[in-house]
Amino acid sequence: MSQYLVLIYGDPTYEAGSSDDVMKGHMKFGEDFGSKIAGGNALQPTSTATSIRPDGAGFAVTDGPFLETKEALGGYYLIEAADLDEAITISQGIPMPAGGVEIRPVVVYG
Amino acid sequence: MRVTRDLDLAEECVQEAFTKAVTAWQQELPANPGAWLTTVARNRALDLLRREQHLRRLLPLLVEEQVAPEEPEHTDLLRLVFTCCHPALALESQVALTLRLLCGLSTADVARAFLISEPTMAARITRAKKKIAQARIPYRVPDPEEMPARVDAVLAVLHLLFTTGHTAPSGARLVREDLTSRALELGRMLHTLLPTPEVRGLLALMLLSEARTMTRTDEHGRLLLLEQQDRSRWDRDVIEEGLLLVRQALQAGPPGRYALQAAIAAVHADARTYEETDWREIAALYALLLARWPSPAVALNRAVAIGLGAGPEAGLRALAALDDEPALATYAYFPAARADFLRKLGRTEQARRAYEEALLLTENEVEREFLQTRLLELDQDKA
Repeated sequence: MSQYLVLIYGDPTYEAGSSDDVMKGHMKFGEDFGSKIAGGNALQPTSTATSIRPDGAGFAVTDGPFLETKEALGGYYLIEAADLDEAITISQGIPMPAGGVEIRPVVVYG
Repeated sequence: MRVTRDLDLAEECVQEAFTKAVTAWQQELPANPGAWLTTVARNRALDLLRREQHLRRLLPLLVEEQVAPEEPEHTDLLRLVFTCCHPALALESQVALTLRLLCGLSTADVARAFLISEPTMAARITRAKKKIAQARIPYRVPDPEEMPARVDAVLAVLHLLFTTGHTAPSGARLVREDLTSRALELGRMLHTLLPTPEVRGLLALMLLSEARTMTRTDEHGRLLLLEQQDRSRWDRDVIEEGLLLVRQALQAGPPGRYALQAAIAAVHADARTYEETDWREIAALYALLLARWPSPAVALNRAVAIGLGAGPEAGLRALAALDDEPALATYAYFPAARADFLRKLGRTEQARRAYEEALLLTENEVEREFLQTRLLELDQDKA
């Protein structure tokens, strides 16, 4: 089994929990693929984000997401799958109200 | 890392097959090495099919074969096909891997076929192999429910290979036979392993186009239209093979994109003279194709067929309906088609402007020369 981080992208202003349909979708996803889900969280909208960049002397702390994009990271799941095909099948069960998801294999060291 | 090992192993197997071929050819070179390879591949696949009688109903059984301790050899080949043509890889990488791993072409040859430098192509192939390993793109035949979409992806690669070979985007030669014959070999192989209606449709389409290749240019390499081609030189055996496959593909239910394109090619192949071409049938098939596969290029071909069936004015009207299509704005064939209809109506100056517009849009030297000839003919029309 390998781990994949599935990043959920969508409307930057979306408030997690504000839609019953999406909530139901996540619950169904949890029921359908419970044993494959190693973790996951919803994130507050990008208006709550704080970014930090080293600026030589110390750190510049600014308001806002790291990158301003039309579709922003809104949440993630950490899933376990035998290969990319299984990861794709599992990820298709995740609600995608606007935008979609990105699947990234997790690096295994050693 | 299992995938990399398998993939490298598969690469070795393909190379071994080619090494064997080369060894055999050193003793006696077959008249047509491409056909020889295809025949060998087909015979081998047929042997396997005979041994495994159940494999007639290939799709559901292949999946069981995966867990069986002894897998027939040909699933190796199919697995490699599906790995190379995985939709998680960029299309250009899918094509490169297919040529490199399935056809055994050298990286230098693959680079030449796509008019890019060898280091660039080597980097592209390395990147693709790395993604296969790191994202763990599986080396297996997809599950039945994934199968239709995955077969579509394979067919898209073969079709791209064939059309790239058939109309080189730039450069002096209209056809790069290497690519078309590789695409045909792969099409035959896939058809042997996975005889679905769409695979059959694509193979038929490629065969029916291939049968006319020799007559697409004259002895100076100049482009000849269907109208000008010597139909007695069309390869009748290849056409018959293609027609049979089209019929089988169409009988299998609502036709897919490739089967419809093959049906259109079949109408052309069936006409003994250009004048006998059933343009209304062709326009009707394009309408079906447009419903199945909405694309500006298909809409353009339909408009041209309407004009050839119902007259140049009807053609111009059908073309005018596509004026706002952004994808056609840079497509040389669009103004060239308008120019042809204008010319038939004697609207010489408008035709001239349209041919000149088309000339600005193509870099293929053969096509450019063709358009320039058309412009010269306009002057003769006037005189």
